[in-house]
Amino acid sequence: MQNATSLRSALADAAFQAYLEAVIRLPPDVMRVIERAAAAETNPVARGEFANILVNLKEAERLGVPLCQDTGVPVVYLTVPPDLPFTQELYDAVADGIRRATEEVPLRPNVVHPLTRKNTGDNTGLGMPAVHVKPGDRLTVTVLPKGAGAENMSRIAMLLPSQKNQIESFIVETVLLAGGKPCPPVIVGVGIGGTFDSAAALAKEALLLPVDTMDEDEERVCSAINKLGIGPMGLGGNTTALAVKIQIAWCHTASLPVAVNVQCWANRHATVEVKR
Amino acid sequence: MTGTVSCVQLRTPLSDEILPLKAGDCVELSGMVYTARDEAHIRMMEDGIPFPSRGAVIYHCGPVIKHGMVVAAGPTTSARMNEISGFLLDAGVRGLIGKGGMGKTVRDQIRGRGVYFAFTGGCAALASARMKLRDMYFKDLGMAEAIWAIELDHLPLVVGIDAHGNDIFSTVIDRAGSELRKYKETACSFGPCGKE
Repeated sequence: MQNATSLRSALADAAFQAYLEAVIRLPPDVMRVIERAAAAETNPVARGEFANILVNLKEAERLGVPLCQDTGVPVVYLTVPPDLPFTQELYDAVADGIRRATEEVPLRPNVVHPLTRKNTGDNTGLGMPAVHVKPGDRLTVTVLPKGAGAENMSRIAMLLPSQKNQIESFIVETVLLAGGKPCPPVIVGVGIGGTFDSAAALAKEALLLPVDTMDEDEERVCSAINKLGIGPMGLGGNTTALAVKIQIAWCHTASLPVAVNVQCWANRHATVEVKR
Repeated sequence: MTGTVSCVQLRTPLSDEILPLKAGDCVELSGMVYTARDEAHIRMMEDGIPFPSRGAVIYHCGPVIKHGMVVAAGPTTSARMNEISGFLLDAGVRGLIGKGGMGKTVRDQIRGRGVYFAFTGGCAALASARMKLRDMYFKDLGMAEAIWAIELDHLPLVVGIDAHGNDIFSTVIDRAGSELRKYKETACSFGPCGKE
């Protein structure tokens, strides 16, 4: 077992590596759904948008630069093994990695005070990075850089148990209201159940699930969204959503929270295991 | 870099050659453009426009810049600038570039004099490979919000709103709205077919 200093630098290094990977290269499952949709698209303007997206992905890889200038705010998921004490050190180490990524990748400094709009310049601040911790077998760090264009279009509904039949239309309506703003074709993370806060957390975590497979419910909602015809960037086309991913949690007998976290086509995330 | 044959080739500063463009047309734009987001618009309204505005093109973008180079520079959501763009058009600006479209106010303001171009959101690396950084204004606003003068080399765009009031975004969203109304009548619930 390592001492605290080397653990902190190893975790910081892993967070840095994960950020570097995430902002330059999309995960293979996300690449697959984009390529599949690009090949199937019939609208000429939409085909042009897909062509730009595919060239962009190649250029980001070739130049080693972020594929989007909105390198997001840092959303981080840690798994912590049983032998590792769960301390503030873990949060500090992740913040170290984010600061280094901001300087070296580089990332755009996006994190500001919500009211004064003061920018720290290093993508950290009170409550940022947003770190979520779960028990696991190994120490891993997953980063999900979340851009604002899509995040701003997310919604939550505290439905009533009798309004179960409104879940689907709430999700589809969210994508309609978003229009071209969230950089469609979108990936739609949905959390059903839990509480006001955990529904939203589930919706965001759903974005980490493989997007190249969907269950029956997810398929049904996804094709309802695609019937809207909003298309890439809101310019029209067959592909408005690349995938819908749904997670559930049990909830109060009187509640039915539904959270929809909208994600742009660049569903960036990467996981790195910390070497110990 | 050679242009795509089927796309209209334009170079800034723009003038009346943009008037015949139609919503949905493909355009490749070269020459100088000026980035501006919310804060830069507010500052320009207070302190004036720091670059030659006649025929100019505004790019809704907050780039990543390092060592005087454009690292990543895709478009930001234009709708945030819906109500703060009129003064630019009045000062002779002929083109706006961004993503997601703009509101009715801008559609009316550009009628007969300007065009809104859509550039593919998220395509920051494609963009930076076709850009050279030339100048900056309002440095104190920070990297994302400052104005950067950037020279483009054939940036691939689509005419989103033309000078005749045609708006591809509003056409698409109106159609989507009627699809949603149809869908709501037939939507399957998360009932027996839903999650356990």
